[in-house]
Amino acid sequence: MGGFAYLAPTSAADALAALSQAASAGTRTQMLAGGTDVLVQMRSVDKGPRTFVDVKHIAEANALHIGDDEVFMGAAIASAELNENAELKSMLPGLIEAADLIGSTQIQGRATIGGNLCNSSPAGDTIPALIACGAVCVIASPGGNKEVPTEDFVTGVGTNVLQPTEFLVGFKIPRPKGKTADAYLRFIPRTEMDIAVCGAGVALTLDDGGTCTAAKVSIGAVAITALVVPDAAAALIGTKVDDAALAAAAAASSALAKPITDKRGTVEYRKKVVGVLTKRAGAIARDRAAAR
Amino acid sequence: MSKVHVSTTINDDTVEFLCEPHQSLLEVLRENLGLTGTKEGCATGDCGACSVLVDGRLVCSCLMLAVEAEDVQLTTIEGIAGADGLHVIQQKYLEHAALQCGICTPGFIVATKALLDKNPNPDETTIRYWLAGNLCRCTGYDKIVRAVQASAEELAYEA
Repeated sequence: MGGFAYLAPTSAADALAALSQAASAGTRTQMLAGGTDVLVQMRSVDKGPRTFVDVKHIAEANALHIGDDEVFMGAAIASAELNENAELKSMLPGLIEAADLIGSTQIQGRATIGGNLCNSSPAGDTIPALIACGAVCVIASPGGNKEVPTEDFVTGVGTNVLQPTEFLVGFKIPRPKGKTADAYLRFIPRTEMDIAVCGAGVALTLDDGGTCTAAKVSIGAVAITALVVPDAAAALIGTKVDDAALAAAAAASSALAKPITDKRGTVEYRKKVVGVLTKRAGAIARDRAAAR
Repeated sequence: MSKVHVSTTINDDTVEFLCEPHQSLLEVLRENLGLTGTKEGCATGDCGACSVLVDGRLVCSCLMLAVEAEDVQLTTIEGIAGADGLHVIQQKYLEHAALQCGICTPGFIVATKALLDKNPNPDETTIRYWLAGNLCRCTGYDKIVRAVQASAEELAYEA
């Protein structure tokens, strides 16, 4: 069973070699980014020994490239650092706001969007925001890098497509062009520092006349994984994203949601509120897009 | 399990220590290095009593492995006061009675230092959001906010 160990590889190749070696030796590994979920879980639910593989020293996982067509955002960048990047924040305000909703100043100094996705909680705030803006996960794998759309990454509560010999390097996000913008809203019963009752991310594109030509809507904390809502996007496309279109999108989100009743809210409540959030996030995304 | 050797800088001093790979930075600061100013409240990142600065960034030392401190610059509450006495922030917390039992205070002071280093003139809303990760069960926060405002004024006056 072995004990605890810690590795800090400086390249993706070294990290992959360490993971493969551990897998063949039967050693349990744990990828470590900000650690804000990993350390809490290690002290409460699962105290088993493991080898930590820290991604924070891997150059690729710390890279941030804002290209003409695509943004590459490394999985190991702390959300406080992303939030301080004015160019990124104005380009992808919904995604950065989602990251900024998670935890306190202290947590944001360590926590990462990559870690939020890999933790694979149904209520992870950045997940619907990543899906809405079309983020593709770049996964380092022994056979070379793999790319998986974010909506296909999480497979269940706390589970995802990563194999023990793989890790998340970062995200490729289409650079918003023209009048394209995103927004993310979540509901919690207090001002901050809580887990989403539900959340909604919307990204959309308007033409010069203000008609929506493309849209993507994703909702969180209302099913075992974040959901894409194609009917909500369809309700927005071809419209001016007016009240009627937003109401139709809200109804589509409420209809698709399959929440549970727990201490944060009932099924009925979550279905209703996720519609309201879809409507409001859609209006914010519309206003942002129109201003571009 | 073999221990790991870590070289780091704490409050401008070069420090070397041995730790278990899964020990938190908080545990090593307090138990191995005797820096007991940093407090353990929840050990789950909710209360902020263990706040320290890592390369100038505010973090919970309970949510960081000690091995992750290799080659970083750490500032703990012990590094806030100068050679000639209390830091302005510490003095203002005293003057404004911004503490009662004191367990949360080191974390609040480190968090206040991080805020004022980044934003020397924060408004009240900014102060309250910034300090939302530091819990105090005694003061009701108002005196803490006043102490932060007074610190900002004094530091601006000194500058």
